[in-house]
Amino acid sequence: MPPISAWETRVPERLASGLRGIGHRVVDGIWRLGYASRFFLLTLLRSTTAFRRFGLTVREIYFTGVLSLIIIIVSGLFVGMVLGLQGYETLQKYGSSEAVGTLVALSLTRELGPVVAALLFASRAGSAMTAEIGLMKATEQISAMEMMAVDPIARVIGPRFWGGVISMPLLAAMFSAVGVFGGYLITVVVIGVDAGAFWSQMQSAVDFRQDIMNGVIKSVVFGIAVTAIALFEGYDAPPTAEGVSGATTRTVVTSSLAILGLDFVLTAFMFTGI
Amino acid sequence: MENLVEIKDVNFSYDVRPVLKRINMTVPRGKLVSIMGLSGCGKTTLLRLIGGALRPTSGEVRVAGTLMNDLDQDGLYEMRRKMGMLFQFGALFTDLSVFDNVAFQMREHTDLPEDMIHDLVMMKLNAVGLRGAQHMMPSELSGGMARRVALARVLALDPMLIMYDEPFTGLDPISMGVISELIRQLNVALGATSIIVTHDVQETLKIVDYVYFMSDGAVVTAGTPDEIRSSTAPFVHQFVWGEMDGPLPFHYPGSTYAADLGLGDARA
Repeated sequence: MPPISAWETRVPERLASGLRGIGHRVVDGIWRLGYASRFFLLTLLRSTTAFRRFGLTVREIYFTGVLSLIIIIVSGLFVGMVLGLQGYETLQKYGSSEAVGTLVALSLTRELGPVVAALLFASRAGSAMTAEIGLMKATEQISAMEMMAVDPIARVIGPRFWGGVISMPLLAAMFSAVGVFGGYLITVVVIGVDAGAFWSQMQSAVDFRQDIMNGVIKSVVFGIAVTAIALFEGYDAPPTAEGVSGATTRTVVTSSLAILGLDFVLTAFMFTGI
Repeated sequence: MENLVEIKDVNFSYDVRPVLKRINMTVPRGKLVSIMGLSGCGKTTLLRLIGGALRPTSGEVRVAGTLMNDLDQDGLYEMRRKMGMLFQFGALFTDLSVFDNVAFQMREHTDLPEDMIHDLVMMKLNAVGLRGAQHMMPSELSGGMARRVALARVLALDPMLIMYDEPFTGLDPISMGVISELIRQLNVALGATSIIVTHDVQETLKIVDYVYFMSDGAVVTAGTPDEIRSSTAPFVHQFVWGEMDGPLPFHYPGSTYAADLGLGDARA
């Protein structure tokens, strides 16, 4: 029987260490999930300040919503124009180029409006929220507020949360509207599709409850997810430069994945009758 | 004299690492008391225990007779309305102007009309000499000015207890002199009680009534500034006079110098 090497004698030790590592990660993950859920619950329970002093929430709507308008409008215009071009190219092969308005409108209201606007919202407003809260924590502004007997969840987190939740569907609606206009510009003004056919087919194919309202519901859900993730990551960020930058990155990555995952689930329930 | 703060047999640990060991301390009403010691000796943790931001592992922390350990959030916030804390770098709200920073607590905790808040803020800013800076943003202030605005904010609701966490850190000598003088004057003018956590020895000994010296999580000595200055305790002497070597050695423990230079059995 060959002698047992030094490496082989350490196998059980390495195995145990690896298992311990996995265990730590799982426990940390569960702990963090619990902490995030508690944070979210507290934010909802202490939201009275956000509505009682609605000026605080309006201020956040300005920072998260109004200041995101430029990127939303420009992106919506380009997405709409691309949809118009691609849709026209495909539909004209089947002699249905007038249906391009329907394609543009349905794509935007059902999917692209809520999803792309939410992705842009996460990277523009979500990351800003995380960085702001993280820096407030790092510079002891949150601790100072607590020492002044002012609840930071009610005063800082609540208005930002509701500001984000209110802004998101408005931004998605703006994205879809500008996108439809972009599609109109390309297909009707540039290519020459009949304007009457473009608008009338769109009007008859797009259902207010099934398409527009479901799109609005999606954008509200995305708004809740993105804002909650951004605020939690900021609040939980280690109070260092590295901690804040890591939290900002996590906000964008986690929010984007959450948006895409939630979109699949919501689409399955809303449009396929699951 | 009645004690405003009483700390009895307090122990505190982060997880299993002990930070404070059997601390006993009193702060008489109206006095200015300093807690001194090296960085990491537990001074700021003690301040946080007094403010209720942390709870002791065992022992009692009482402020104005109220046991801070047992308070729920409402009780804690009720007590904190009577306290003020000046943070190391001021912790001003960067999205609010100097005026709004000082007015913050008045707007949050009182129903005072805006014109009265204006007058009160002007009085507080005048006390720290920064009435003229009311429209400036925190990013436009120097370190010393930011600390003075933070001091005005602390005074907003005339607290009975003011805690200062390293108020002199990073200040030039003039700003340091201004802040220490303000701390002394305002304590007398407001009839407040103050606790200063610091390791700026000479500046602090000029203004305080009593000093607690901490090392490694325990109170090692206490006395009036004169007693501290004349102390023969080796650690206190080294700390007060800033000596390079003493009970706290200049060289961090390790292998011998000769061994690190590869000189075999040569002595360090």
